[in-house]
Amino acid sequence: MIDSRNFSFANSGDKIASMVVHGVSALGLIVMVFILWFLFAEGIPVLKSVTIGDIFRSSDWYPAEEPPALGMFAIISGTLIVTLLSSLIALPVSYLFAIFTAEIAPSWLRNILKPMLELLGFLPSIVLGFLGMVVVAPWMQGSFEILTGLNLLNASIFLGIMILPIVGSLVEEALSSIPEELRYASFALGATKWETISKVVFPAALPGILSASLLGIMRSMGETMVVLMVAGGAAIIPDSIFDPIRPLTSTIAAEMGETPVGSAHYHALFFAGLLLFLITLALNMLSAWIESKGKIAQQ
Amino acid sequence: MNRTNWRKLKDKYMYLILVGTALSILSILTGIICFVLYSGWSALSWDFIFEPPRDNMTSGGIWSPLVGTFQLIVVSIIAVIPVGVLTGLYFSEYAGKGLFPKILRLAVRSLSGVPSVVFGLFGLSLFVIFLGFGSCLFSAGLTLACLTLPLVVTASEQAFRAVPKDYRDASYALGATKLQTLVKVVFPSAASTIITGIILSIGRVAGETAPIIFTGAAFYTSKTGGLFNEVMALPYHIYILATAGTNIEQTRPIQYGAVAVLLALVLGISSVGVWMRVRMKRR
Repeated sequence: MIDSRNFSFANSGDKIASMVVHGVSALGLIVMVFILWFLFAEGIPVLKSVTIGDIFRSSDWYPAEEPPALGMFAIISGTLIVTLLSSLIALPVSYLFAIFTAEIAPSWLRNILKPMLELLGFLPSIVLGFLGMVVVAPWMQGSFEILTGLNLLNASIFLGIMILPIVGSLVEEALSSIPEELRYASFALGATKWETISKVVFPAALPGILSASLLGIMRSMGETMVVLMVAGGAAIIPDSIFDPIRPLTSTIAAEMGETPVGSAHYHALFFAGLLLFLITLALNMLSAWIESKGKIAQQ
Repeated sequence: MNRTNWRKLKDKYMYLILVGTALSILSILTGIICFVLYSGWSALSWDFIFEPPRDNMTSGGIWSPLVGTFQLIVVSIIAVIPVGVLTGLYFSEYAGKGLFPKILRLAVRSLSGVPSVVFGLFGLSLFVIFLGFGSCLFSAGLTLACLTLPLVVTASEQAFRAVPKDYRDASYALGATKLQTLVKVVFPSAASTIITGIILSIGRVAGETAPIIFTGAAFYTSKTGGLFNEVMALPYHIYILATAGTNIEQTRPIQYGAVAVLLALVLGISSVGVWMRVRMKRR
């Protein structure tokens, strides 16, 4: 009797625990739904003040005027250009670094480099933004004789420095996960080390490398403090890499504090957040998809 | 030159390029860290750390932003631990093949990619306005908790999965229920890995700026303490000093000092986490 009662008591404990775990874990989903909900609910009302065509075609961003001009073309292109340039700078370099760490470095050095790279991924973006603004901008302005050192190139360099360790770590992992047998087979055929790396290991790790690169691009696009401090903040379409730009993230961060809740400007900033969210989400999902395809292919 | 020699030469050149790239990246990154610590060193003193900012933030120290950053860490970590660890537990022990685990996994993955400034917008609309907490420590801490949730979930799931199935079987064989097995067997052996994940997310929280700008960070406040008051935070303080302070040029030493402290704090905390992780992997 006592035994069976104990047993059912223990069982009900199990049930309660299961319910708690299920309930609490649903919170992650709820947060995600709330993010989506608020971005749509606060972002879409901007279409009452401007048409969707105006937002995407016009570059006139004068949100404080009456009626406000809320053209985001220059801001969206700012985001795309700075993301592209920083990726062009950082991705090849992080591949080379990852190849060095995974394929060339002796194991004692690899055991130092890997944690170091991981640690550098934690560099706060405000520190990089500060250096870009205080150290590199005055130097750039002086030595290239340009109007301002706070520009597209400077921001791209520091975004590049920020995503380099992140992409480097992930690519290194992708390269290390390739079985040694593949390398031995290639050496046995008389291939040099570089031929083995470029023609055997790199192609085999390609899904992992692609997915890591997409994550890096996503990070660069969503980064705020570096572009807020270093990109210069002019909502124009740049003619050269020395022109200032104003991406979506820094527009939101710089203007949200000064705009009244519920104004057209307020909704426009949420709309900008919505755009940013959708693009980064697409990159993230693409990266996850490639990752899972790669895993299936490897098995 | 014949083909074999050319191949060998190419191999040598690529080797040099790889070594050169690795060396230059390492020197740039360590150079950045050393430069910041070196430039901040002259401003550092016990007074600098333990004094609040004074005279429109043109003199004094960084005590109130430092305390604010610690408060933000505490609030966000207290909020994220139960949710993150239990979600990790769910993925490892409870999730089957149904639709809900799939959607939940998708949601956590999506959360990990949401730009930090979008978390700021979310925190503003949910915690500050919709739930009416206002711009305060509590709102900012919860926003940061949402930001680090994916990190803690992933770390916890890996920790629980790493516990060998034999442990569980042995516990069930002794007649333990699932709950008893989880609490007394699975959880203790996963704890150190989970703690590593939590330490790493503290490192992330300490350096974040964008999510707290409109959810609770104060330009300047003389009060410290309240959960429902605005707080100063070290990263935001640096941003203010560098862009909107009075006498920006004159306060450079203070700025460098604050940047050095933040960098030492974040890299210090994160290196503990990274070191623990490396040590556990080797075992």
